[in-house]
Amino acid sequence: MKSPLRIGPHTFESRLLLGTGKFPDFDIQRKAVEVSKTEILTFAIRRMNVFEPTQPNFLESLDLNKYTLLPNTAGASTAEEAVRIARLAKASELCDMIKVEVIGDAKTLLPDPLETYRACEILLDEGFIVLPYISDDVILARRLQELGVHAVMPGASPIGTGLGLLNPHHLSFIIEQATVPVIVDAGIGTPSDAAKAMELGADAVLLNTAVSGAKDPVKMAEAMMWAVEAGRLGYEAGRIPMKRYASASSPLEGIPT
Amino acid sequence: MKLIINGESIVFPEQQGHIYQLLCHLQMEQRIVIVELNGNIISKSAYETTLLSDEDRIEIVHFVGGG
Repeated sequence: MKSPLRIGPHTFESRLLLGTGKFPDFDIQRKAVEVSKTEILTFAIRRMNVFEPTQPNFLESLDLNKYTLLPNTAGASTAEEAVRIARLAKASELCDMIKVEVIGDAKTLLPDPLETYRACEILLDEGFIVLPYISDDVILARRLQELGVHAVMPGASPIGTGLGLLNPHHLSFIIEQATVPVIVDAGIGTPSDAAKAMELGADAVLLNTAVSGAKDPVKMAEAMMWAVEAGRLGYEAGRIPMKRYASASSPLEGIPT
Repeated sequence: MKLIINGESIVFPEQQGHIYQLLCHLQMEQRIVIVELNGNIISKSAYETTLLSDEDRIEIVHFVGGG
């Protein structure tokens, strides 16, 4: 029996969160979302083009009973900007979760820890379910969970790089001390990256470009679904300790001579 | 009246009107949008009671693809 993922008041079967950016088209995206078996989709909040009111919108094509929306505050570089975007998202009356993403550097897209912390403080006061995107900073993760956030989302490597888990050691420290779900977010490139994060004990993985930018996004979405499942099962099963030398799997006695 | 919508100057051909009428004028009344008027978020239940004035600054945002 697999254990469910719990974030605040929400419960999920799937441990794969999928971003909705940069897919080649809506048809491919719909299929990718379906085969990924994700239940949580991230979105950004942006201005509507008032001169093209009939432009298609992916969210409007979804069965919103099937998915929980996780809007992000991408575009914010201060706590105030993040809070404004979060309030706009919540005013849709479609969601209560927010991915706090406050970028501190345009080149690396690494999050600003101080602004992220301030934004979380304000949003928790306002009753949001708060999921901050952070770098693999063990102490910040602890301070945020003490503040009351509902999950922490450390990056595996910078957003969109596909470099995989650059610091699994620090991620494992974050996981070890966690009292809230740890969702490894950003930088995942391959199914083995996702599986590795889950094997470390991450509660979930959030990825986007690894699927949307793949040669075949639908196939990669399925691969990621299996990878997250396999990694989680492996973690729950408990891996064997590593040894320096061999130990035979077959009996040493009774070898016919 | 003249309104500033998402940074663009737009003429709303009504002397008086509320948010819902503006969304209809923009063909957006069926869309999932969020409206901010002069820096204040307007809840959906207030669309038909919130009156607009000349030179109001309005933001109309929606959910787009993002990670």
